[in-house]
Amino acid sequence: MSFFFEVLIGGLLSGVMYSLVALGFVLIYKASGVFNFAQGAMVFFAALTYVGLLEHGLSPWLSIPATLVVMIVLGLVTERVVLRPLVNQPQITLFMATIGLAFFIEGLAQLVWGANVRGLELGLQDEPMQWLTDTTGMNVSKFDLVAAGVAALLVTALALFFSRTRIGRALRAVADDHQAALAVGIPLQQIWAIVWAVAGAVALVAGLLWGARNGVQFALTFVALKALPVLILGGFDSIPGAIVGGLIIGASEKLAEVYLGPFVGGGIEGWFSYVFALTFLLFRPEGLFGEKHIDRV
Amino acid sequence: MLYREAGQFKVSYAKDQQIFPIRQDRIAVLALVAVAFLVVPFVGNQYWLSAIFIPFLIFSLAALGLNILTGYAGQLSLGTAAFMAVGAFASYNFMLRVPGMPILLAFAGGGTVAALVGILFGLPSLRIRGFYLVVATLAAQFFILWFLTKVGWITNYSSSGVITAQQIVILGYVFDTATSKYLLVLGIVAVMALAAKNMARGNVGRSWMAVRDMDVAAEVIGIRLMRAKLLAFAVSSFYCGVAGALFAYAYLGTVEPEAFSLDLSFRILFMVILGGVGTVLGSFLGAAFVTLVPVLLSVTVRFLDSNLNLHIAESAISNLELMVFGSLIIFFLIVEPHGLARLWQIAKEKLRLWPFPH
Amino acid sequence: MKAIKTVLLGIALFAATAAAAQTEQYMPVLSYRVGPSAAGGSGYYGGAIDYWTLVNMTGGINGVKLKWEECETEYNASKGVECYERLKKNSGGASTVEPLSTGIAYGLFDRVAQDKIPMSTFGYGLASSADGRVYPWVFPLGTTYWDQMAAMIAYLGQKEGGLDKLKGKKIAFLYHESAFGKEPIPVLDALSAKLGFETLKIPVPVPGQTQESQWLQIRQAKPDYVIMWTYGVMSTVALKTAAKTGYPREKLLGVWWAGSEEDVIPAGDASKGYVSAAFSASGTNFPVVQDIKSKVYGAKKGNLEDPTRLGNVMYMRGLSYGIIVVEALRVAQAKYGKGKVMTPEQLRWGFEHLNLNEARLKELGAPGLFPPIKTSCADHEGSGMVKFQVWDGTGFKQVAPFMAGDREMVRKMVEETAAKYAAEKKITPRDCSKEM
Repeated sequence: MSFFFEVLIGGLLSGVMYSLVALGFVLIYKASGVFNFAQGAMVFFAALTYVGLLEHGLSPWLSIPATLVVMIVLGLVTERVVLRPLVNQPQITLFMATIGLAFFIEGLAQLVWGANVRGLELGLQDEPMQWLTDTTGMNVSKFDLVAAGVAALLVTALALFFSRTRIGRALRAVADDHQAALAVGIPLQQIWAIVWAVAGAVALVAGLLWGARNGVQFALTFVALKALPVLILGGFDSIPGAIVGGLIIGASEKLAEVYLGPFVGGGIEGWFSYVFALTFLLFRPEGLFGEKHIDRV
Repeated sequence: MLYREAGQFKVSYAKDQQIFPIRQDRIAVLALVAVAFLVVPFVGNQYWLSAIFIPFLIFSLAALGLNILTGYAGQLSLGTAAFMAVGAFASYNFMLRVPGMPILLAFAGGGTVAALVGILFGLPSLRIRGFYLVVATLAAQFFILWFLTKVGWITNYSSSGVITAQQIVILGYVFDTATSKYLLVLGIVAVMALAAKNMARGNVGRSWMAVRDMDVAAEVIGIRLMRAKLLAFAVSSFYCGVAGALFAYAYLGTVEPEAFSLDLSFRILFMVILGGVGTVLGSFLGAAFVTLVPVLLSVTVRFLDSNLNLHIAESAISNLELMVFGSLIIFFLIVEPHGLARLWQIAKEKLRLWPFPH
Repeated sequence: MKAIKTVLLGIALFAATAAAAQTEQYMPVLSYRVGPSAAGGSGYYGGAIDYWTLVNMTGGINGVKLKWEECETEYNASKGVECYERLKKNSGGASTVEPLSTGIAYGLFDRVAQDKIPMSTFGYGLASSADGRVYPWVFPLGTTYWDQMAAMIAYLGQKEGGLDKLKGKKIAFLYHESAFGKEPIPVLDALSAKLGFETLKIPVPVPGQTQESQWLQIRQAKPDYVIMWTYGVMSTVALKTAAKTGYPREKLLGVWWAGSEEDVIPAGDASKGYVSAAFSASGTNFPVVQDIKSKVYGAKKGNLEDPTRLGNVMYMRGLSYGIIVVEALRVAQAKYGKGKVMTPEQLRWGFEHLNLNEARLKELGAPGLFPPIKTSCADHEGSGMVKFQVWDGTGFKQVAPFMAGDREMVRKMVEETAAKYAAEKKITPRDCSKEM
């Protein structure tokens, strides 16, 4: 029985890591209706910039704010150069533009910082907590727990930001209807700039945690793909949905691999989350917390 | 001046319904086809034929398939590469297990199997709409590749899961040179492109476009949604399946399932979007863009590097290529979101007036 | 059409200027320096190109200088094929090609046979292509995956105190879910049947960023050893997750693509004590490396952007490849004319008659860099040996010298599979006794 719990907890914690990345997507989708495929590349770029600055001699306490500044600048430039000319285009066009942006950022990251694989030390050991192992025989990593804590904090902060502050409400208004938001005097360009900057900051947090977990290398860009079923499940524009979706996807994926996998030869993790999300969508086409889509004829 | 249609009268319904109603268009297209069939095989060298034209044609076919699904029927799909894989592996199995199977029939068989799989994964489209449908096609993409890697029977129990395509022999003639393969691929693509164009102009295509624009309204006026959507998935997957079979037989020769990864699906989606969603010409233009631009970039950058003695590091060159490609995608999307086909259309409209200003 | 004509013209001009120089031995280099494999790729090509630069600096091969041209393949089969087709006619014609990617190699199998250009797949590729009678133009030099797996089992047997001690043990096989990962399974199964150990095969879907389920399964099954047949981020994550789930590191054994600095450094402490296979030594303690340092990097012609990577595992692999190609050219020149540019057929003869033994390696300044390679018409592999190294946190140290596994059994399997391929593709195998 404890093995089941171990797998479950491992799944929940890895799901939390997915939601960290999914949060970035949600932010941008919520405020500008764009599915930012470049989020994965931004996570990579953030992690790479951080370790790159460390290598150049900056202390970690300086490196983080410096990287934050870089990410904010990147966000602002993206909004200005890529999104503003494409206002009002269909969603698919914007999606394609963000893919082009992803290529650009990936090339830029390796051009500036080189292709070396680097480790990222956050001072957290990715080892099982001894007392838990001794008492229950389950291995739960300290790192994963801290990451879960960080994610919880981030989600709470963002949720509060969106519901309690003026800027948060302005963001929701913009997401709802650009024209109407402009009509009531919300400065569209500033709002988008803020959103992309915040998404950049979220990318930095995700980049630091994933980088510490897996090493800072190009494969970080692929975590974006794992975030997609999370978003589908939780709804593209819901912040709590990102966390809940992440937890569900992470847990179901791992449990399926361990308990169902051996019957079909294993390796089902790759597609299970998608099939799971798909089945879920058949019953709830907008995801758990997504906005219901109303069609007018 | 050159592009006027003054004096061209349509004297019958058949003439009015032609694909190319303007005579200049007809002449241009016939000339292009003639050049493609008669001139290129003799003028083109092996590099151009086997490394540029053949993949260009194969990807155009796949892009055509995706255009039918995404462009005409409005169902966004990221599973194109998986359907190509089904076509490739199914054709391989037909050739392997059915003695004396004609290769063209095997290609069609591969396409049919892909169509059936497409229908299966298209069923969710009846309930899910818009961007969320991407997940169904992504599920197809990952599941199909896993299935092809897992089930040893499909790859004839090869240890690494790789298939080597058999030789293409039609009526005793062996297609093993670049020129013969090019002509075969060209023939197949031309026929299927014509079929797609006619499908798009006809009843079927119009029902797809109605579904794309507003499926609730389409249902209200009597279009059977299930039939239209599933037909779109079936036809689209058929085209992708044949493209996949050609990819294995006429291009790479030996394929592993990873050759049909998500990366390829994205590339084909690029071709469709950049070329022009919902147009047959767009599929070709997009495929040309995505196939040729990286090559051009690579040649240009290295040419400049060696002749201007810039001594850029190799990795910098590679990364610059990636960056420029990404920027070009963004640039083209900004300049003309409806794709290169729309640019071409605008050019033609301007040509009708030229040299007069209005 | 107009655009195509201008490009045609441009390329023709370019090719014309390049074709003028025919006194150089030309090789297209299908490299990848972007994307997920960039780290390994840039190290590998750095090693090969640095060695060729050194050879050119010290007079070439009996006066013949080497010329190479890079083309970015992004580790993608279509691009690799396009690069190959574009460059193969340049500068008088390509003499050999090494794609460093299984996918690209597969796409080139038929083409190199048709174009008669020898292709090497150094340390990877299709194991059955070691049978040179069926694959005359493909050279899986050094050791194939099948021989590597056999050697790994032999090493584990050595650790246990004898191959017979493996009977009844459980060996888990954690593998990359792709052609690369599946390739050694037939040998694993054959050895498991022969020696009586149990196997547990656990696939990891690419790219393998979260492996909790796989390692928890391993924890439950409690195998005696885990063979990690992974690549890229999967290796790093495997090491970290193994530590996370408490699996003892000393029981891990990694394939050589999971045993380079790029894999172990990001895993930090979780990789200390991890043993992996290698087909070349690493470190800067070789005369040839010192030569490169002083002559090539001294003249600022080094290919690596970060010179501290000199001596790294991937760098030394590239260096080994560079040495092998030059040696093959030398062997070919000895037969067909010293100081002449070799045709691809002649170079193929060179590849088939390599005899890089210990003494020769010492002459070249690389004693013990890779195992002695002796190829022949029927055996395009030439060695089959693997060494094992452990990562101690700062560098790789040898724990077992070059050793081979059950080569006889593997060779039988190679010939069987090659014969099957020949039958399928209707190829008549060469008769090696008839050739020189």
